[in-house]
Amino acid sequence: MSILVDERTSLVVQGITGNEGTFHTLRNRDYGTKVVAGVTPGKGGQDVEGIPVFDTVARAVAETGANTSMIFVPPRFAAEAILEAVDAGIGLVVCITEGIPVRDLANVRSYLEASGTRLVGPNCPGVISPGQANAGIIPGEICAPGTVGLVSRSGTLVYQIVHELTQRGIGQSTCVGMGGDPVHGIGFVEALELFQADAETELIVLTGEIGGDDEERAAAVIAERVTKPVVGYLAGFEAPPGKRMGHAGAIVTGSSGTAAAKAEALEAVGASVGRNPSQVADLVAERLG
Amino acid sequence: MDLYEHMGKDLFRAQGMQTPRGMVAFSGEDAADATRELGGRSVVKIQVQIGGRGKGGGVELCDSPEAAATAADRMIGTAFRGFAVSRVLVEELLPIAREFYTSLLLDRSRGDYLAMMTAEGGVDIEELARTRPETLRRIHIDPLLGLRSYHVRELVGTLPVEAWEGAGEVFRKMYELVVERDATLVEINPLVLLEDDRVVALDAKVTIDDNALWRQADIAALADQFPIDEVEARAKEQGLQYVKLDGAVGIIGNGAGLVMSTLDVVAQAGARAANFLDVGGGASADQMATSLEVVLSDPAVRVVLVNIFGGITRCDLVAQGILEALERVDARVPIVVRLDGTNAEDGRRILSDAAHPRIVPVANMLQAAEEAADLAGAEP
Repeated sequence: MSILVDERTSLVVQGITGNEGTFHTLRNRDYGTKVVAGVTPGKGGQDVEGIPVFDTVARAVAETGANTSMIFVPPRFAAEAILEAVDAGIGLVVCITEGIPVRDLANVRSYLEASGTRLVGPNCPGVISPGQANAGIIPGEICAPGTVGLVSRSGTLVYQIVHELTQRGIGQSTCVGMGGDPVHGIGFVEALELFQADAETELIVLTGEIGGDDEERAAAVIAERVTKPVVGYLAGFEAPPGKRMGHAGAIVTGSSGTAAAKAEALEAVGASVGRNPSQVADLVAERLG
Repeated sequence: MDLYEHMGKDLFRAQGMQTPRGMVAFSGEDAADATRELGGRSVVKIQVQIGGRGKGGGVELCDSPEAAATAADRMIGTAFRGFAVSRVLVEELLPIAREFYTSLLLDRSRGDYLAMMTAEGGVDIEELARTRPETLRRIHIDPLLGLRSYHVRELVGTLPVEAWEGAGEVFRKMYELVVERDATLVEINPLVLLEDDRVVALDAKVTIDDNALWRQADIAALADQFPIDEVEARAKEQGLQYVKLDGAVGIIGNGAGLVMSTLDVVAQAGARAANFLDVGGGASADQMATSLEVVLSDPAVRVVLVNIFGGITRCDLVAQGILEALERVDARVPIVVRLDGTNAEDGRRILSDAAHPRIVPVANMLQAAEEAADLAGAEP
C-alpha cells in the first residue's frame, strides 16, 4: 500500500502541451505511471507522444476515466484549473504551479471543502509512491520502495532527505511535497492521518519550515492519534523575522512561526527532530531498528 | 508587499473611506509647509514598513510649523528599527471622542479571512487577545460566501452605538480591499470616532499579496519607493530570490528549503550566512554566473558556499555550469561546492579535474558548512 497515488492512479495532465508539462508527463510515464490524458484548451484532438489531449478535464475524464490530475498551467489560470478538475469529479489534484494569488487559493479551498476532492500543493513537487506511480516532479531515480512515509513543505528537502534514506537502504511508501504556499491543500495533519492508516508505512518523516502553524497543529495530531514513530526536521532557524525566505509562506511574523518553536512543539509530543538532513536519516535508521 | 501608511491611506480614500488630511514630507521644510497648510498644528509620523512607531518615537504631535520641521529633521535620514526613513506623513489633528481597533487578515491555517474589532483603542492587539479576550470580537469570513450584513453587525456591536454606522461602512471598505486589491492584511489602529460622530481611519497598515501584483499594477509600481539594499536590487533585477543577511558566508543553493537548511548548518558550524539565494531549479551556467555575481558583489562575503542537490538536473551539468560561470565572473574568494544527487560523482570529478584555484569541492552538506566556516574565519 501507500497513500494518495498507487498503481490504480490514472493521470490527466492539465497544461500537458507546455514545456514543463510535456517534460514531466513523459518522465512520469517512463517511471511507470499510467498517464491517460492531457488537457490544453484549444488543442483537443491532438496528442503528446500518444497521450490524447482534450479541451476540458470533463471530456478527458469521460473518455479515459482519469482519477488524478497534475497541473502545470501558469499561475493566472491555475486556480481555475483546480476548480475545473474538482467539477470533473477528479479525486486527487496535484498542483505544481508556483505564484498563485492567495485570494484565489482561499476561494479554491473553500470550494474543495464541500467536494470529495483532495488537493496537494500548489507550489509543490507533487507525490510519488516509489515503484507505483509518480504524480509530480520528484525524481524517481532517488527513491526506493519501502516503509517510510515522508511529507514536506519544501521540495528540495524532500529530494535531499529521500536521497539520504535511499543511500542508507531505507525505502519510502509515499513522499508528499505539500508545497510552500500559505494556503494549501493537504497539510501535515491530513498526511499524518493517511500515513497512520496506511498498513505499509512504519515511520513518518515530517519536514517543516518557518511560518504559519502547520507544524504546531501536526504536533497536536501526533499526540492525539499517531502511534507510529515520527522524525522531524525544521529549516529556517537562521531566518530573520519579517523576511520571506523564497517560499510565499516561509516568513516569521513577529515572534510566531519560528523554527525553534516548531521543533519544540514536535519534540514535546515524542518526535525525534534532526538538526540537519543527514541526522534525520540517521534518526530514521535508529528508530526503525 | 507591506505598504507605507500614506500608501495604505491612498487606497482607503480611493475606496471611499475617511482619513485625516495630510501630506508626505521629505524634509523639515516640507513638514513645516504642510503644517502651515493644515492650520499651524500637525502630527508627524515616520513612514516605514514596520509597526511599533507610537512607542518607538516615530510619531510626534507638533504645535507649530517649526516644531514639525524639527520633528521631521530628527526622523528623516535615520533608521527606525533597522528600516531607513526617507519620508514622514504630516497630518491634521482631529477632535477625537473614542479610539477603537479593527483588522481583517488572511487566516493562513484556515484559508479564510479573520476579522477583529474592539472598542479598546490604541492597544497592542496580541496582548489584549491574551489578557482580555472578551473585549475582542473575532469572526471568520468564508471567501466564497463573502461579507454579509450579520458579519458587520456582529463586529460593530462591540462599539458604542453612535459608531455603528460609520465603523460598519469602514469595515465593508476594508473587505473590498481584500477582494478588489488583493490585500492580505488591513489593520486600522486606531480607528476613531470624532466628536461629530464621523468614523475616521487614523492609521493604515496594509499588506498586498506579492503573487497578485500582476493584476494590481498601480500598487506594484509603488515598490520603487521602498529603500532596498544595492545587492538586493541587483538580484531582484535578475529575478533571483535573494535576502541579505549579516554574516560572511555567501550562500547559493537550489530550492528555498535547501537554502534555508544551508543557512542553519553554516550557523551550526560556527559561521553566519551573508545571504539567502535560491538559484532555482535548473542551476544553468547563466543562472550560476548571475548568482555568483550577485553574491560576490556583497563586500562582506569572504567565502561562497554553493549547495546543489541534483534531482532532475544532473550534477555533471551543474559542475560544467559552475566552471563556465567562473570564466565570466571574477572569483575574489574561495568557493566551496557541494554537489549531491543525480550524477554527483561525475560532477565532483569534473570540478577536481578542472583544478580551478578558487573551487573547493566537498562531498556533503555538513562538510561544506565546516569548510566554509573555516575559510570565513581565516584571514582573506
